[in-house]
Amino acid sequence: MKGARPLLRGLDARLLPYVTRYRRGLVWGVTCVALTNVIALAQPQVLRFAIDDLYRGVTAEKLGRYAIILFAIALTAAVFKYWMRQSVIAISRHIEYDLRNDLFAHLQRLSVSYFQHARTGEIMSRATNDVSAVRMMLGPGIMYLVNTAVVAVVSIGFMLSISPRIALYALAPLPLVSLCAWFFGERIHRRFEEIQAQFAMLSAKVQENLAGVRVVRAFTRERGESDEFRDLNRDYLDKNLQLIRTSGLFYPALAFLSGTAALLALYLGGREVIATHITLGQFVAFTWYLGMLNWPMVALGWVINLFQRGVASFGRLEQLLEVEPAIVSAPDAVRPASCRGEIEFRDLTFHYPGVAAPALEHISFRVRAGQTVALVGRTGSGKSTLLALLPRVFDPPPGAVLLDGHDVRDVDVAWLRAQIACTPQETFLFSATLAENVAYGAADASDDAIRRAASIAGLDSDVSGFPDGFETRVGERGITLSGGQKQRTAIARAVLRDAPLLVLDDCLSSVDTHTEDAILHGLRGEMRGRTTLLVSHRVSTVRDADLIVVLDAGRVVEQGTHAELMAAGGAYAELSRSQQLEEELEAS
Amino acid sequence: MTHDDEVLGRAYDRRLMRRLLGYLRPYRSQVLFAGAVVLGDALVQLVFPWLTKEAIDNGIRHHDAAYLDHVALVFLGLLGAGFGLGYLQNQVMQRVGQHVMLDLRTALFEKLQRLPVAYYDRNPIGRLMTRVTNDVDVLNELVTAGVGALFGDLFALIGIVVAMSRLNAELLVVTFSVLPLIAIVTIVFRVKVRASFRDIRTRLARLNAFLNENLTGMSTVQMLNREPRNFAQFRDVNAGHRDANLTAVFYNAVFFPVLELVGALAVSLIVWYGGRQVMWTGITLGTLVAFIQYTQRFFRPISDLSEKYNILQQAMASAERIFDLLDAPEDPALAPAAASPAARRAAEATARPAGAAHATNGTAHAETAGAAHPEARRAAARAAQPCVEFDRVSFAYLGDHLVLDDVSFAIAPGERVALVGATGSGKTTLASLLLRFYEPTRGEIRLDGRPLAAWDVHALRRRVGLVLQDVFLFSGTIESNLRLGEDALSHDALERAAREVHAHPFIERLEGGYAAPVQERGATLSSGQRQLLAFARTLARNPGVLILDEATSSVDTRTEQLIQDALKRLMRDRTSLVIAHRLSTIQDVDRIVVLHHGRVREIGTHAELLARNGIYSRLYQLQFMSGRTGRDTGERPEMDGEQATEPVVDSPFPLA
Repeated sequence: MKGARPLLRGLDARLLPYVTRYRRGLVWGVTCVALTNVIALAQPQVLRFAIDDLYRGVTAEKLGRYAIILFAIALTAAVFKYWMRQSVIAISRHIEYDLRNDLFAHLQRLSVSYFQHARTGEIMSRATNDVSAVRMMLGPGIMYLVNTAVVAVVSIGFMLSISPRIALYALAPLPLVSLCAWFFGERIHRRFEEIQAQFAMLSAKVQENLAGVRVVRAFTRERGESDEFRDLNRDYLDKNLQLIRTSGLFYPALAFLSGTAALLALYLGGREVIATHITLGQFVAFTWYLGMLNWPMVALGWVINLFQRGVASFGRLEQLLEVEPAIVSAPDAVRPASCRGEIEFRDLTFHYPGVAAPALEHISFRVRAGQTVALVGRTGSGKSTLLALLPRVFDPPPGAVLLDGHDVRDVDVAWLRAQIACTPQETFLFSATLAENVAYGAADASDDAIRRAASIAGLDSDVSGFPDGFETRVGERGITLSGGQKQRTAIARAVLRDAPLLVLDDCLSSVDTHTEDAILHGLRGEMRGRTTLLVSHRVSTVRDADLIVVLDAGRVVEQGTHAELMAAGGAYAELSRSQQLEEELEAS
Repeated sequence: MTHDDEVLGRAYDRRLMRRLLGYLRPYRSQVLFAGAVVLGDALVQLVFPWLTKEAIDNGIRHHDAAYLDHVALVFLGLLGAGFGLGYLQNQVMQRVGQHVMLDLRTALFEKLQRLPVAYYDRNPIGRLMTRVTNDVDVLNELVTAGVGALFGDLFALIGIVVAMSRLNAELLVVTFSVLPLIAIVTIVFRVKVRASFRDIRTRLARLNAFLNENLTGMSTVQMLNREPRNFAQFRDVNAGHRDANLTAVFYNAVFFPVLELVGALAVSLIVWYGGRQVMWTGITLGTLVAFIQYTQRFFRPISDLSEKYNILQQAMASAERIFDLLDAPEDPALAPAAASPAARRAAEATARPAGAAHATNGTAHAETAGAAHPEARRAAARAAQPCVEFDRVSFAYLGDHLVLDDVSFAIAPGERVALVGATGSGKTTLASLLLRFYEPTRGEIRLDGRPLAAWDVHALRRRVGLVLQDVFLFSGTIESNLRLGEDALSHDALERAAREVHAHPFIERLEGGYAAPVQERGATLSSGQRQLLAFARTLARNPGVLILDEATSSVDTRTEQLIQDALKRLMRDRTSLVIAHRLSTIQDVDRIVVLHHGRVREIGTHAELLARNGIYSRLYQLQFMSGRTGRDTGERPEMDGEQATEPVVDSPFPLA
């Protein structure tokens, strides 16, 4: 059979450990599959004796005994059937769990640059659909495979013992049943995937229409949009009808084939009984065996599909698991005992992977421990890129970014990141309570510490307005925070981290000037004794920095203190003037 | 909101069901036909055990080989009939189902075209998407797996009982003494499994949400060294999902064997009691065998009844959400009164003459327009009836925060007016009101002397052309994006418009020219090219009034010159309202309206306003002189759904 080869190929070194971990349970489960079937297959034999006795004449007592034996057999078979599901199917759930855990752990090791290019939807599909397909292969797949094998061997054996001739004729259509199930299963699956693809197009159309609603209305495109949707909708219908044409044939064809087998048994078997080659009891038992074979033969075709899909899915999972993390600690990485917080950028030139133009060029400056350095520059000038190289979100070239004289590439990544408390430009909140979000980078923080951090970040007055204070859930299932509240949560997070380096990437852009002043005042205390790198658009935020570095198009165009830069009358001075104007305007 | 989507209600709701069945009405005859076929198929299936009985009793026991031949022939015939009926039943049912789904999706999509724009401010796109796609698909599941089979099963069950009672009523009673057992087992199982499935669904949703959140927030996770803790959390969520499934595995492991056991009990009873009857009351062996076969057929449909119950329950929840959307109030601007054919014709009649003044022949009208003296033109314009009039207009999106406060000004035909003001001053809102995306909270807007409410909204939007700063392109081709459904426009007209605004040269250079595909909202085109396309598509429609939200994105000098020149050509001789960001545009208009905190603060020409040394002069210095330094003066687009954000690669937390 075609499915056998990929099956063996699929059970390669990577999948094997997942299975062998549960080998004892699996052996027991497979034994149960065999036992429940072998026992159940004794039922037609009992019926055979009962009917033959009835034909000849029997006592009521003996009839009662047959009935009890029949029931006892069924009871024993049922017990093993229970164990069968409880072991094989349950183990497949455990394997699914293991596989998904390993996948998650692996994903956590991959660097940011990977997630920039990979689509979240695709990774999600690996973790859900593909893991599920592997489970189906290892659970129901194995169970029904063994099931079919046992039922086929035992019942065909019995049928041959009753009458080899009828058995050969009546069994002839059954391989067709498997073939039919496999053939249709594959086609239905393929059609189904076509439908999914068409469905995606339909969704894309709706998405586009909703996102562009204003253009649609302004250009009175409603009719045209509806027409386009109607066409796609039609295509989707046609794809579905194609599936129906295929799948609609499937079950009637199965019924027809198994019916033909039953007909052959009835016709040929009946003649054998008339010719007294076999007894009526044997005849009835024979038809029962035939009936018992039906479902396993269908299952066989289905199992082959399960294996084909499972192997394909595992292949995709393997690909994902084989992606090497781009940013890892070097084998001889150092973990210094402490961190003073001295940063140096040494002739740093940085390209994003696959981009020809450098994002940063020949950047050199030094931040002494405890200093505050501000980065100023317009959108796209490279400020955030510069900050991203310090905690190795992206890898700088060797020897270009140094912390306490160590190349950041030479120290342990976890240690490096533990020294840096940063607020990203866009705050990511997790669906958890506000307290948990503030303590996201400091899991063991006390309530008092959380409150203090929130108060420094100017978040406390907002919190008192939330329904459950710090225990209020944020995100999808809770309240939605404003941009400013999010930013302040990020600041609280950074404060609570209590790290020697503080990196603030434009973290106050969504709060008003008055709040900003208050937060800055609170932060000053935190910045004392810490090295601080800060990006801001507001002169009021950066003017007190020990050093202000003005970036443009990836290069340093000016650097100095506020006073020096104002005196120089360059880009910084111009920025300062325009902000003054803006403030006046705001007041008018 | 996923929370709402998880709640499951009753499996059967009369009101919902009636409304759903209403969608079957156009297919009444097919449904009836399908019903007949289902009935026929169930009958055919009933005959097989009976045939076995006849074969045993009359053929085999009487050693009548000819009778056996006869039975075999009928058997074969019925197999064929069963095949045909089975296929037919499936085809008709599924076809009807699929057509109903098509109708439902179409109805939803068309509904979405009629909802007020404000509706889209309140409802995230994702949720609306779910209605049109997933919820309809859940109903589809009901059609493909549920209803049809449900009726078939019901027929089969009834038929089996009738057939068995005809064979031997006494034995039927004995056999069916196990029915209460089945009922108990099935009901207990259904209750358990329902709770279990719900648990699985919630756990799976939680698992996916956790995974999704961690994937999107991965950089935050890594920066904060949270990996070990998050892995532990994931393991818990994952274990919760596994355990919920294990519970379901347990119920299945109990239910299916127990059901089979009850079936075996029935067979044992038949052997015991039926056997006694064979011996002493003279029923035939064939009857006994047929009874066993009927019993086995009876048990088959019962085991998947609970699964169908689940499908039904989910379908009801989806139907409820779909109908909620279908019942949402529609945009009053699209109300049937205004959209009646007569009203539309009248509106278009008044719309045409003004629009027709700008002949489609671009070059010719450019020359004549260029010849007229600007001062003379302005004087003539002021004398005529104003083309656009804002009369004490106030507007609040939500609550009572006024975005526009008592705004009044008028634009004469052919006049070009620039709106200037800081971010949030209400400029974009004003443009939205003119297009009737929203209704003013107070005051009135008039176009060509008629209040907007009196206009057919389509005629209004044909009269007023819009160029948004974030150019929204549809997937399709360059030409389809220029045409935007105006089939009356010839290719030549489109090309002329493209030439006029300098879009033609770059379109020609694209592979395929005008037929070049536009994908993913035009991601392959530069922002300058997208703007030129937007100009061309508006020019091609030759609107009498132009609203232009000038883009702020920076483009190279050469493109900038092209855009500036194209803008001039677009506004030439056209009543224009420009939300201006560029100095050259401002210097080019006839008058400037300064909006500040939602109010009109200054009106005048560039020179007049500069001389006044008020807000405008300061804004002017701010936006047009020092805008090129480190400060981002870029306005946030208020009108389009897409927010201009920094390029992803520039942030250290691109995923956060």
